[in-house]
Amino acid sequence: MAQSSRGADGLSSIPALLQRNAAQFGAKPAYREKEYGIWQSWTWAEAEQEIEALALGLLTLGVNKGDFVAVIGRNRPYFYWSMVAAQSVGAIPVPVYQDSASDEMAYVLDHCGARFAIVEDQEQVDKIIDIQDELHLFEHIIYVDPRGLRKYDHHKLHQYSHVQEQGRAAREEFIGDLKARRDALDYDSTCVMLYTSGTTGKPKGVVLSNRNIIEASKSSSEFDHLTRNEEVLAYLPMAWVGDFIFSIGQAYWCGFCVNCPESPDTMQVDLREIGPTYYFAPPRVFETQLTNVMIRMEDASRMKQWLFHTFMEHARKVGPAILDGKSVSGWDRLKYRLGGLLVYGPLKDTLGFGRVRVGYTAGEAIGPEIFDFYRSLGINLKQLYGQTEASVFITLQPDGEVYSDTVGVAAPGVELKIAESGEVFYRGDGVFEEYYKNAESTASTKDAEGWVATGDAGFIDDKTGHLKIIDRAKDVGKMADGSLFAPKYVENKLKFYPNILEAVVFGNGREQCTAFINIDLNAVGNWAERNNIGYASYQELAGHPRVLETVKEHVEEVNRSLAEDPMLAHCQVHRFLVLHKELDADDGEMTRTRKVRRGVISEKFEELLAALYDGSTEKFTTTEVTYEDGRKGSISATLKIVDAEVVPVAQEKVAAE
Amino acid sequence: MLDQTEGYTTEDGRKIGGVVMEMKNITLRFGGVVAIQDISFDVREGEIRAIIGPNGAGKSSMLNVISGFYNPQEGEVWYKGEKRPQMKPYQVAQQGIARTFQNIALFEGMSVLDNVMTGRIRQMKSGLFSQSFWKGKAEREEVENRAFVERIIDFLEIQHIRKTPVGRLPYGLKKRVELARALAAEPSILLLDEPMAGMNVEEKEDMSRFVLDVNDEFGTTIVLIEHDMGVVMDLSDRVVVMDYGKKIGDGTPDEVRSNQAVIDAYLGVAHD
Repeated sequence: MAQSSRGADGLSSIPALLQRNAAQFGAKPAYREKEYGIWQSWTWAEAEQEIEALALGLLTLGVNKGDFVAVIGRNRPYFYWSMVAAQSVGAIPVPVYQDSASDEMAYVLDHCGARFAIVEDQEQVDKIIDIQDELHLFEHIIYVDPRGLRKYDHHKLHQYSHVQEQGRAAREEFIGDLKARRDALDYDSTCVMLYTSGTTGKPKGVVLSNRNIIEASKSSSEFDHLTRNEEVLAYLPMAWVGDFIFSIGQAYWCGFCVNCPESPDTMQVDLREIGPTYYFAPPRVFETQLTNVMIRMEDASRMKQWLFHTFMEHARKVGPAILDGKSVSGWDRLKYRLGGLLVYGPLKDTLGFGRVRVGYTAGEAIGPEIFDFYRSLGINLKQLYGQTEASVFITLQPDGEVYSDTVGVAAPGVELKIAESGEVFYRGDGVFEEYYKNAESTASTKDAEGWVATGDAGFIDDKTGHLKIIDRAKDVGKMADGSLFAPKYVENKLKFYPNILEAVVFGNGREQCTAFINIDLNAVGNWAERNNIGYASYQELAGHPRVLETVKEHVEEVNRSLAEDPMLAHCQVHRFLVLHKELDADDGEMTRTRKVRRGVISEKFEELLAALYDGSTEKFTTTEVTYEDGRKGSISATLKIVDAEVVPVAQEKVAAE
Repeated sequence: MLDQTEGYTTEDGRKIGGVVMEMKNITLRFGGVVAIQDISFDVREGEIRAIIGPNGAGKSSMLNVISGFYNPQEGEVWYKGEKRPQMKPYQVAQQGIARTFQNIALFEGMSVLDNVMTGRIRQMKSGLFSQSFWKGKAEREEVENRAFVERIIDFLEIQHIRKTPVGRLPYGLKKRVELARALAAEPSILLLDEPMAGMNVEEKEDMSRFVLDVNDEFGTTIVLIEHDMGVVMDLSDRVVVMDYGKKIGDGTPDEVRSNQAVIDAYLGVAHD
């Protein structure tokens, strides 16, 4: 036991890795952030100093071992340092989604009983003060950006840089204490606590130990041969486990540089300037980028359009094969190289993918056309399957074995098991310790042998040996006639159309399937502009007859493709409507990671759902919406309900007889 | 002569200094039309001073008098304890008074960054020769000024449009760019001519926050004209109310709100 509580070479905590990096390659950049229009950078040695100063400052404020320190802000070096500084003094960092509303934040902070919060700016300070008035949790709040905060009562409020100054001033006094606490960290100490967004119920605090994070980072880095020369762009929410693994776990294990964008709006420009070599994005990001490229190509000159389409066609034919190292004729190779010069290279550069060596996408299914588009450009985009409870990695696609409809093979050190119900189970070093203060959920998720239920249904594909995920296990249901109902599978097929942003399919226990659809304002708006269709609002565009017509075509195409698969032919969408508002996390209809909350939606739009099944052709409805500042309003609309053509399923009767 | 009394502290704890600018019996005529008639008021250091009034009350004319666009036929402008002689707008700007315009006056074809850089003209002292070759002083100046401008870009959160030509921006952002350009001049008094006109609620909220932040962060004295009463009452420390070229009220928002003449002007009582 004593042996297993230390990691390789005594590197059993993130602060220990920091010490190693600062000692071994202290002059190498560890962090960059664009500020005032210029990339500012910090070397590992400088980062170590910054973190030490903050850790000492935290000691002067009285942070105890085992305290929870909430970290709330967008991706900035200061917040990564905050997490490591908290760990250094034996506290547990709890990154929180910075866009969560006051009550969501209050729940999380109350649940862990955070005594300290390190936040970004006035907006977050105001939220914390609101929460504090009710809960009286916090002893100190530390903020990074002082703007607008001068007039606040500073008894419990401190500026980040001042805390660091205090820390530096008190170095003599506290350095011994800091070292002792840092050295006491081992593989079993808690590294971080992350709240899962939770498609159902309240968020759960997932406790991840140093063993979980470091082992997962180590084996995944080896899997993809990551080195200290990688560059990543940290732009995904810090409260999400992926960012913690990429920007802290793997970054500290390998010693590579984490780049923070100037502001969320400049992400695309910053991506291009940095040119990351290792990149992660959810399918949605790739989708948006592709949509933008296509929209811009439509405005390009004829010559450029011709070049683009000719070479993209060629790339689609041979690009993925070249990437996978398969044999391709010399002529095709030559043509591909020419395309690289004229089209692929400049395009990749514009997208910011000029240097990407390893790219991942996960979280949702990615459309095959989107996936192939990037791969055909020569970008090594792969899929992985992961969870907070697994410290991300459950399965990964190895180089050269990449398919758009699988999620890969078991990650190194992870075992997979498919239960009879079809649910996927796994175990390994990355498996979380427990749900904080929730032994019941821990027990129902993780069994005595360490197997964790993913909640997803899937199977191992015979042809490739890869795992394929169909749907959330609890969402896979039965229709009235007993056939399989897999809503997400159908929704994903619908969402592959650029015009459709979100889809929610219903049909569990019913005779036929129906759907709510959200149009993509970007794509459809652009189409409307081109076709001289005037609209004043999202709602108006969503209700436009020609938009409905287009969506209907998409639905019918999906129906035809579903009909080809006897397992899923029953899931064809018979009737649908286009919602008058975008599904939004602020209204509780989606999680913060943008997964639809089926239950909430079917309750909230109960009358619309009823209308889908009672044969009416339109329905008037009023919906409450929550604005970003928490105020409420309502919108009402009369929605048309459209019948889509379905392919009759003839075999079913034969089978039944 | 000039009222240099100590100043006061606002409810939210901001210190307001002595009088920095005083308008004395200003009358401005265009031919037979009297735009401003015998108006006097003062502006104190660090305060947010609003000028309100119905359409055609003479608010913009008043602002144009302050910024030197118009020279009044009668009356005096006192600035920092001295009577100001007749001045051209650029001379007024050199004294540290910057402004924005009601109908945005930016260089549409230039990027946001270049537009904001033009606000630094007053700080650029290198000659034509060194500017042409971009050597020595010119280069140094450019670097310093760019650094300053970047702080303002950061402050007003317009990093994402730094390189975008102004002509392509939506209205609300153009207004913000105008504010950025005015701030680039490091003004001691900032004149804002209807900074929220034509904005939606969210843009108004953003703009209000920026106005307060500018005042708080840089200690800039702000004189603003605004139509939206809600905004004025929330933002300003003291308000001058004009109607048909005359001053009908002056005081804190609360005083002004309960002033009968003001209520009449806004609710529309028949004029003689």
